[in-house]
Amino acid sequence: MSHAHARDEYRRDQYRGDQYRGDQDRGDKDRGDQDPDDRDPDDRRRRTGAGVTPRLTMDWQRADRAATLREHSARFGPLRANAARRGNRDLLDQIAAAGLTGRGGASFPTAKKMRAVAAGRGPAVVVANGMESEPASEKDQALLARAPHLVLDGISVAATAVGAAEAHLCLSRTRGWLVDSVLAAIAEREQAGADRIGVAVHELPHHYVSSEETALVHWLNGGEAKPTSTPPRPFERGVGKRPTLVDNVETLAHVALIARYGAAWFREAGTGGGAGTMLTTVAGAVSRPGVYEVEAGTSVGDVLELAGLRERSEAVLIGGYFGTWHDLEVIADLPFTAAGLRPAGGSPGAGVLFALPAGTCGLAEAARIMRYLASQGAQQCGPCIFGLPAIADDLAQLAAGRPEGDPLSRMQRRFGVISGRGACRHPDGAVRMAASAIRTFGADAHAHARRRPCLAAHRGRQQTALLPVPRPFAEGDWR
Amino acid sequence: MKLNLQIDPIACTGHGLCADLLPELIELDEWGYPIIGGAVPPDLAAHARRAVNACPALALRLVRTPDQLAARHALAASETRGG
Repeated sequence: MSHAHARDEYRRDQYRGDQYRGDQDRGDKDRGDQDPDDRDPDDRRRRTGAGVTPRLTMDWQRADRAATLREHSARFGPLRANAARRGNRDLLDQIAAAGLTGRGGASFPTAKKMRAVAAGRGPAVVVANGMESEPASEKDQALLARAPHLVLDGISVAATAVGAAEAHLCLSRTRGWLVDSVLAAIAEREQAGADRIGVAVHELPHHYVSSEETALVHWLNGGEAKPTSTPPRPFERGVGKRPTLVDNVETLAHVALIARYGAAWFREAGTGGGAGTMLTTVAGAVSRPGVYEVEAGTSVGDVLELAGLRERSEAVLIGGYFGTWHDLEVIADLPFTAAGLRPAGGSPGAGVLFALPAGTCGLAEAARIMRYLASQGAQQCGPCIFGLPAIADDLAQLAAGRPEGDPLSRMQRRFGVISGRGACRHPDGAVRMAASAIRTFGADAHAHARRRPCLAAHRGRQQTALLPVPRPFAEGDWR
Repeated sequence: MKLNLQIDPIACTGHGLCADLLPELIELDEWGYPIIGGAVPPDLAAHARRAVNACPALALRLVRTPDQLAARHALAASETRGG
């Protein structure tokens, strides 16, 4: 596609809508004046309307704080008292029949993972992943801030389903306000005697790769929050060498509702091959950026419309920083699910949709993301340590229209050799994002390579910096 | 049963001895880290073993992958970020 070189009507401050507190504000590295991560996101407004299906987000728009245990029970009814006694087989069957898939990025069938953990030797461990290190995603923070008891119910149900005697919830160390809020919810439950096993809350260092499941396990075992070589995967040998279920917090919240209402109810929502609902974070060229709960399988275009898509957007980043860029026209009618996006080479990832405003440079955005991802590796594996900065340099030269040699063919060669050669999928995700930018902004890439960058790229970084790039977490602090 | 070379990418520090000893199956990328080109044919097994033993970082391994492990590997391969 070719982005418009016309004057840009888009203003950066519109992106920082009042729904975007937390990490989004931290995006501007040049404004190091405050730490918005430590503020309560009081004014995150949630919306209802056509296309929105409030399940996890039920009643969010009427509350500006976390639901108390009493409010939570009134809203969803009690977690069936016999759910624990019904035994794990029935729970696993329900979760399997529901067709629930992981909401952390991999879209893996949740029941299959739970069964693998349940089949392991000895008591299992449940780890809830609430790290949300994806800078473009807000949904997990929003969920934990508004409906912590859904997540905590989900942990309790999952522990029963896989036979766990121990449960952990991992949060980012940079989000003190969220940790406090979740701890208050846990205190309520302890007082009410709501859970068979306690949940230990942990504050982990905040790096992009620290939310990878082996990184959580390694940290919980006393190591650094860096991914480790596999196998063994956590489901085989994880925390304390026990079979360990690592699930995203949204996934667990869905588990809590399936345990209450069953698989058939879960599937009452879902269209275009999707099952249930999903949380999405929508940003960019939309008038109402924020977190939306939609039926799984809703088309990309419909999700963007929900947030008030501006007409003049031609490209979209789906999934997050490990995601892919696409022509909006090509992808608008596809379901926002793993199966629906596969033909286009995309994935819903963590549920992120970013519509690139017209008149801005997609290559410049991709270059900034790539630089960030290159800086966020665990510095463990050669292909990632050297390969990602090399691609980030290539992409930066291209974006600036100041190529040295032939950055396009250098990148194509490097894309081919870097993927699949790290201990975790960090290099794979970064390469996928960069390669998709070259595909989607192909005409621009060739113009930039001939030293004819677009006006947007000329206008400099401030004008084109749209996606948040967090300030690096204390360098070297992995423990 | 297949014989495969595996690299522990965290342990590997890019000495490059493996590519010297087994150029048929291992080449180095532009930064000196090995890229493995497929399963080890029987006639190269002895050379592969030599390359494994020579790795100063103990990062190279020779593994047999029987078919019953395929399902487990498929599960592991499809998991990434704690889905």
